[in-house]
Amino acid sequence: MATSAPPRTTQPAAAPPPALESRNRAVPTALRYLGLTVLGLIFLSPLLFMLVTSFKSRVEAAGVPPTWVPEDPTVQAYDSVINSSGTPVLQWFANSMISAGANAALVVTTAALAAYPLARMSFPGKRIVFSLIVATLFVPPVILIIPNYLIVGELKWLDTLVAVIVPTAASAFGVFFLRQFFLSLPRELEEAAVLDGANRWQVFFRVILPLSKPALVTLAVLAFLTNWNDFLWPVYVLFSPEAQTLPAGLSTLQSANNVRYDLLMAGAVIASLPVLILYVFAQRFIIEGVSRSGLKG
Amino acid sequence: MATSAPGRPAAGDATRVDEEALGLGDTSREPTSRTRGDTRAAYLFLGPYLVLFIAFVIAPAVYGFWISLHDYDYTLPGKPWVGLNNYQKLIDSDSVTFENFWNSMKATAIFTLASVPLLLVLPLLVALIMNARFRGRNFFRAVYFAPYVLGVAVVAVLWRFLLDANIGLINQYAGAIGLPDDTAWLTDTPAAWVGLVGVTVWWTLGFNAVIYLAGLQDISVELYEAAKVDGANRWQSFWNVTMPGLRPVLAFVTMVTIIASANMFGQSYLMTKGAPGTETRTAIYYIADTGLRNFQMGDAAAMSYVLTLLLMLLSVGVFWLFRERNE
Repeated sequence: MATSAPPRTTQPAAAPPPALESRNRAVPTALRYLGLTVLGLIFLSPLLFMLVTSFKSRVEAAGVPPTWVPEDPTVQAYDSVINSSGTPVLQWFANSMISAGANAALVVTTAALAAYPLARMSFPGKRIVFSLIVATLFVPPVILIIPNYLIVGELKWLDTLVAVIVPTAASAFGVFFLRQFFLSLPRELEEAAVLDGANRWQVFFRVILPLSKPALVTLAVLAFLTNWNDFLWPVYVLFSPEAQTLPAGLSTLQSANNVRYDLLMAGAVIASLPVLILYVFAQRFIIEGVSRSGLKG
Repeated sequence: MATSAPGRPAAGDATRVDEEALGLGDTSREPTSRTRGDTRAAYLFLGPYLVLFIAFVIAPAVYGFWISLHDYDYTLPGKPWVGLNNYQKLIDSDSVTFENFWNSMKATAIFTLASVPLLLVLPLLVALIMNARFRGRNFFRAVYFAPYVLGVAVVAVLWRFLLDANIGLINQYAGAIGLPDDTAWLTDTPAAWVGLVGVTVWWTLGFNAVIYLAGLQDISVELYEAAKVDGANRWQSFWNVTMPGLRPVLAFVTMVTIIASANMFGQSYLMTKGAPGTETRTAIYYIADTGLRNFQMGDAAAMSYVLTLLLMLLSVGVFWLFRERNE
């Protein structure tokens, strides 16, 4: 609520919206950047310390006071977690890649196919189907854990990757998200295609899908992230070490190496790197997807 | 089945709530189908999704209730019908289940009450600061959001280290500036609650801030202009323009945050293991352990229905609180 900011004398013609501009003025620039940077450090420094610790020796990792630059950088911790038979980290890595990749593909495929008729066709039962899907957005997932465990057990999927790929692929959010996107597309192109004799399938594959690339990528990235990070379900349905995904594996790693923080941080870095890399490249899609989730239209 | 993240939404999971989009009335505006085989085509399109949806969402939601009516031990051959007995146990103060369940519900309630206000207010402050044009805005936004992409397992394993009572960064720096350096962040309450809530705020603040920011940018600049012309100061325009304009977004964020907090699992499971005793063992943690570790699935299913019912009542309350008021 600073009031001492000097009034700006000139407003450029093509200036940003005035309301934003006036707010901007109230907080002196230097102070703003100082605040933003301090806040940024709060978010980034723990991640940096995780990375730094993973390159420390066992002794230094448990050392007091903590060091921000490893005295004698070593990859011992990585070597150790990767080559320990009880904690097959590379296998977990592969499992997570397969699981998140397959789940994202399944989510996007089934949700896109389902969203199209819900956005563009009229047929008996549409209202009921859509209401049911929307209703499950509000049902806490805890209610499904016990019965799904039994269903997955009945299908002989327990302790296999299928258990973490398939059941979570019925994404109500995905259908909802893509339906909204399809509704926002102009109809003219579809109508033109129909006049040219295209059927529903051709319209979907040749008109709708190519126009929807950003939405499809956003959903794929969000689904990949969600599956990669999923914790509760894999912890309980994947019990043998070699069947686990990285988050479940981290839990195993922690049980096996209680306070060996050098090893735990190496494991955590391995579990974070792919999503952080994905984040750097797909940041726009992730943040746009999340932003839009709270808005109309 | 992400826990938390308002996530993830469930957390994680980002779900959209808005009345307009939920309305199905708009379908009437669509041109009627021109093709004959439309119904068949529609269900062919829907088929793959519906198979998954029925098998892993609709069927289990019903099947779970059936399980809750049995003494359902996965490891035993007989699963006798017990009617509502599993529910009765939850309201009979003499049963062991009663005590364990309501203790875990208490833990969930404490966590939710402590984390939700922080996760509603702090991200809004961050979003208000970010809602201006300045160089590097997208960079800072990306930095604040970064922890959220990491998932609960990495976050909890990392913070268990930072909060370690003996060699953790937090205690060492606290000691360096003259604060107590031996706080038992993981094994004693209330310190453990501070730790669990703090970690969750660090992890998910960016998620809520990004949603708020999008909401703020959606508020028309003319409204602020008009308020200014009417002589409103910044404080008045915040309450009379920003807050009303943010109402639907606020309702969404509140709902998602409450549900995510009430589904907290990973932080307790990895950081405190429920310690001290079972004080920080949340409802989800207890239900999952009862059903999937001890295989008392009838009990666990009954508990999950009670928890779901309470959460749905809470959601209705939130909706009512944020309803459109026509004065």
